[in-house]
Amino acid sequence: MSAYKIIDHEYDVVVLGAGGSGLRAAVGLSEAGLKTACVSKVFPTRSHTSAAQGGISAALGNMGEDDWRWHMYDTVKGADWLGDQDSIEYLCKEAPAAVLELEKYGVPFSRTEDGKIYQRPFGGMTKNYGNETVQRTCAAADRTGHAILHTLYGQALKHNTEFFIEYFALDLIMKDGACKGIIAWNLNDGTIHRFRSHITIIATGGYGKVYYSATSAHTCTGDGNAMALRAGLPLQDMEFVQFHPTGIYGHGTLISEGVRGEGGYLVNSKGERFMERYAPNAKDLASRDVVSRSIAVEINEGRGIGKEQDHVHLHIDHLDPKVIDERLPGISEASKLFANVDVTKEPIPVVPTVHYNMGGIPTNYKAEVLTVNGSEKTVPGLMAIGEAACVSVHGANRLGSNSLIDLVVFGRAAAKRAAELVKPGMKHDEIVKSETDRCLERFDSLRNSEGSNPTSELRLSMQKTMQSKCAVFRSEKTLKEGVDEIRKPYDGMDSLSVKDKSLIFNTDLVETLEFDNLIRQAITTMDSAYNRKESRGAHAREDFPKRDDENFMQHTLSWCNGSKTKISYRPVHRSTLTNDVQYFPPQERVY
Amino acid sequence: MVQFNLPANSKVKKGHYYKDNTGSKNIRKVNVYRWDPSKNENPRIDTYEVDMDNCSSKVLDILNKIKNEIDPSIAYRRSCAHGVCGSCAMNMNGKNGLACTKAHSELEGDIDIYPLPHLKVLKDLIGDLSTLYKQYESVEPWLKTTKKNDKENIQSKEDRAKLDGFYECIMCACCSTSCPSYWWNGEKYLGPAVLLQAYRWIIDSRDEDRKERLKKVADELKLYRCHTILNCTNACPKGLNPAKAIAEIKKMLATA
Repeated sequence: MSAYKIIDHEYDVVVLGAGGSGLRAAVGLSEAGLKTACVSKVFPTRSHTSAAQGGISAALGNMGEDDWRWHMYDTVKGADWLGDQDSIEYLCKEAPAAVLELEKYGVPFSRTEDGKIYQRPFGGMTKNYGNETVQRTCAAADRTGHAILHTLYGQALKHNTEFFIEYFALDLIMKDGACKGIIAWNLNDGTIHRFRSHITIIATGGYGKVYYSATSAHTCTGDGNAMALRAGLPLQDMEFVQFHPTGIYGHGTLISEGVRGEGGYLVNSKGERFMERYAPNAKDLASRDVVSRSIAVEINEGRGIGKEQDHVHLHIDHLDPKVIDERLPGISEASKLFANVDVTKEPIPVVPTVHYNMGGIPTNYKAEVLTVNGSEKTVPGLMAIGEAACVSVHGANRLGSNSLIDLVVFGRAAAKRAAELVKPGMKHDEIVKSETDRCLERFDSLRNSEGSNPTSELRLSMQKTMQSKCAVFRSEKTLKEGVDEIRKPYDGMDSLSVKDKSLIFNTDLVETLEFDNLIRQAITTMDSAYNRKESRGAHAREDFPKRDDENFMQHTLSWCNGSKTKISYRPVHRSTLTNDVQYFPPQERVY
Repeated sequence: MVQFNLPANSKVKKGHYYKDNTGSKNIRKVNVYRWDPSKNENPRIDTYEVDMDNCSSKVLDILNKIKNEIDPSIAYRRSCAHGVCGSCAMNMNGKNGLACTKAHSELEGDIDIYPLPHLKVLKDLIGDLSTLYKQYESVEPWLKTTKKNDKENIQSKEDRAKLDGFYECIMCACCSTSCPSYWWNGEKYLGPAVLLQAYRWIIDSRDEDRKERLKKVADELKLYRCHTILNCTNACPKGLNPAKAIAEIKKMLATA
């Protein structure tokens, strides 16, 4: 391995990922005077936060009365009682301040008549503990993620955060169960970089690309999740994969829930507004898992639209074109580009599409990574935030616009906690050479693969298996087949083919490393789903249609070594953080 | 008269030809610029025969098809695949754009794919944007206000509407790299992308630093190298108008 040139760095904190949560953490860390490196495989504004459309939730009350406790109830219910209520309390209570802070950073929010931040209705967001729709989702037209991401990058520049851009992270450096930094590959010049840090914050986003059709970017490969698995740490609640009800049919491009928030509605081939049957109160604004299942049932029962009867229509052609122009301009553009539809005249063809991973690296509300070894313990030196993390505020199903708020609230929390734990200039621990060797051996062996299976073929096989065996509806049969089939592309790596052997922008090798990351998460997702014999939130089992609180009101933990997993469970936190709010006990979930 | 020649190692040569092996009757020839920094070779144009019967509608779909099925070594940036991240900006049949939103049906004849013009090439279709990013930093893209209170800044709908057409910029660099003035003076002229970003902060009613911001760009090279060629506006894949932003800055300086 001596062939690789290694460049060493020392930082107080290393943030891995430069999307919304990574940037918000980096800003807070730089403000606190900690020497901070932010490492990302893409330039920050290319991160997938840019694709978030509809908005960011916070009980500001700009459009009528609101209360963070109502937001908390909605989130607990949306999560189908799998969320940790201490974390959810923290999220919803901190949300208003976090949004006002973003506004002060310069986010160009849309405005109300009196110049305040505009808020729109969103799925599952209600008044007074589930009674009527509330306008809670703060929006910058339908480009809220883009506006937030670019603003946060500006703030990071203001605070002189040091960026390492187009560096692909390979592995965590662990010592005695604690994280001591990361190793990354600089795509620009092919060098290997070893970052020593007191704290490493994983902010690498979701892993939507394990599926064939997803709204996720090509870069959503959950690299940090896989690094945690390789470090012997578990991932949590991986079976909970959110299908967004409205991805453009045939292409997968996201059509924001904000469309339904502004009055859009779904119809089947009979022209029925079918959501009225499934969610008599919330209708098209029920939570995402409910709407996606309803669409799937309509299609399965033969009321889908099109030659194959395999999608439904989303109408906004009844809305005032001025409203569309002001509040949903990006949707008009995307519909034209990817469905050739003029939204002022025609409906958009849509189908449930993989969108978000509720599961990820388990953490507490301070963003510290948890593992279970007898009892719940934190992993020293390691934090996780954003979609990579499972705090768990989204539980079994995330509400729309709760992801952007998750990014900034827990990005900020991580920075705060790191500033308590680390003093500037603290001495670094020695690291063991074997960690570097182990990491570079994997890198070198993948790079020099001379077998017969191209990465693209193995990836396609993984994606097709996930798409067919771990979809909106699941059963013992599909999951059992899935558990077997998903290991085939993993085994295919025994005879992997990587053609490009160079080190500068070797995207053949990047995609191979990404596949190696994806397949581990695909396996843990499939195995976690197989083992959860109940229906809860986004995990719908045809053979176990009811929620089973007695046996399964607990988080799945899955370790993965090669293609072998170990599944275990940890209890959901059944208490709030403070006495400002009472614990919401499980109820039947109807919209 | 003095004769100028390109250095020998910069001449683009004819590269490999990848013949279709699917037997498709609907073939399109795609010519792609290739250069590998780790080999001591000239850039070359590789030609791929692509089966269009099994290819989705955008140029990025063609590139993904080539990478997945024909030649995994081809290098290009891509991420969101729907025109919001700005990664896959490149030059297609002579015009800059995003490969993920450009329909190949809009391109005539063989398809020529090159990196964005006039950037240092890092590999194949990947250009070096570090100068542009530094220039972006130089306009200090963050809100400057001295107000300290717990509430949000109040901004009227009219003032907010002034940001429309500017805050949407995804920094793909299609505009700046289509600008002959930026080709010539790229180190000193800020170029349309960065000037549009500068204007976005200059006209934000919440910002208290307008005068200073204007002063900072009021420079013969930074701003006035814009000669209203308007390639920028023609190139923008998001339908924005950087030339207008530049004109507005000039107007504000002239009438200040």
